[in-house]
Amino acid sequence: MKARVTVMLKSGVLDVQGEAVRHALGTLGFAGVNGVRQGKLIELDLAETDKAAAELAVKTMCDKLLANTVIESYRVELI
Amino acid sequence: MKAAVVTFPGSNCDRDLAVAFERAGFEVSRVWHKDTALPAGTDVVGVPGGFSFGDYLRCGAIAAHSPIAAAIRSHADRGGYVLGICNGFQVLTEMQLLPGALMRNAGLKFICKTIGLQVVSTDSAFTSAYAKGQQIAVPVAHHDGNYTIDADGLAALRAEDRIAFTYTQNPNGAAADIAGVLSANRRVLGMMPHPERVVDARTGGTDGAALFASLMGGMALA
Repeated sequence: MKARVTVMLKSGVLDVQGEAVRHALGTLGFAGVNGVRQGKLIELDLAETDKAAAELAVKTMCDKLLANTVIESYRVELI
Repeated sequence: MKAAVVTFPGSNCDRDLAVAFERAGFEVSRVWHKDTALPAGTDVVGVPGGFSFGDYLRCGAIAAHSPIAAAIRSHADRGGYVLGICNGFQVLTEMQLLPGALMRNAGLKFICKTIGLQVVSTDSAFTSAYAKGQQIAVPVAHHDGNYTIDADGLAALRAEDRIAFTYTQNPNGAAADIAGVLSANRRVLGMMPHPERVVDARTGGTDGAALFASLMGGMALA
């Protein structure tokens, strides 16, 4: 089973890299980009075949290592 | 007094930190990230600057789960002293031995220069040799020093006098100009600036020497 983890800065935490990308898009002439948030996409290839167990395991991985929950939130998708 | 300086793959301030401890009179041993225990009788652990594990995932995140990290946590849990500088500060926040997190500098640039710090709390073994409000000059060299903490956490740091140093001119967007913070028991200090780089007049200044001297004296009394 594969899992896809999306890690993003929490709303309210200023994403300075996203802001720089937004600014660059404006410079290139792309008008109307009101905001850019940049995050990480992590794909995991898991031996686990049970969906519930896999989701629980990946959430534990996120809490322990993949995300810093002080500043980041995460979303887990099983595929 | 015994100091142990940790080296991770990618650490680059470990030797400077060992020299700073030695000059203050510490007996220093060097510890590798795969070690599972600190040398017997270690009083203070130094977690140095650098780019542990290439800053992969997040600065300090991989180092915070290395074998030696468990030994550092046990040391801190039993009231041992820990000093984390630059990447070491990032490692200590990732280990949650210190609150908050260090994000990319607000200006997105790596900043490498000597800057002004104000000593905010002198109520710690690390800072007792400074005067409250004293201004010192210490170099910074980081890309991710933008200290971030929620409003409640910041209020707690202020109420408990746990802000050790602030920047006189904020270089990186850090909340409340914070350059260094103390743990609740005041025995863990994390700071982005490099006091170990200013312990010798021949190499840029001596404003960091008091931190190590203070620790040597403060721990002896503890």
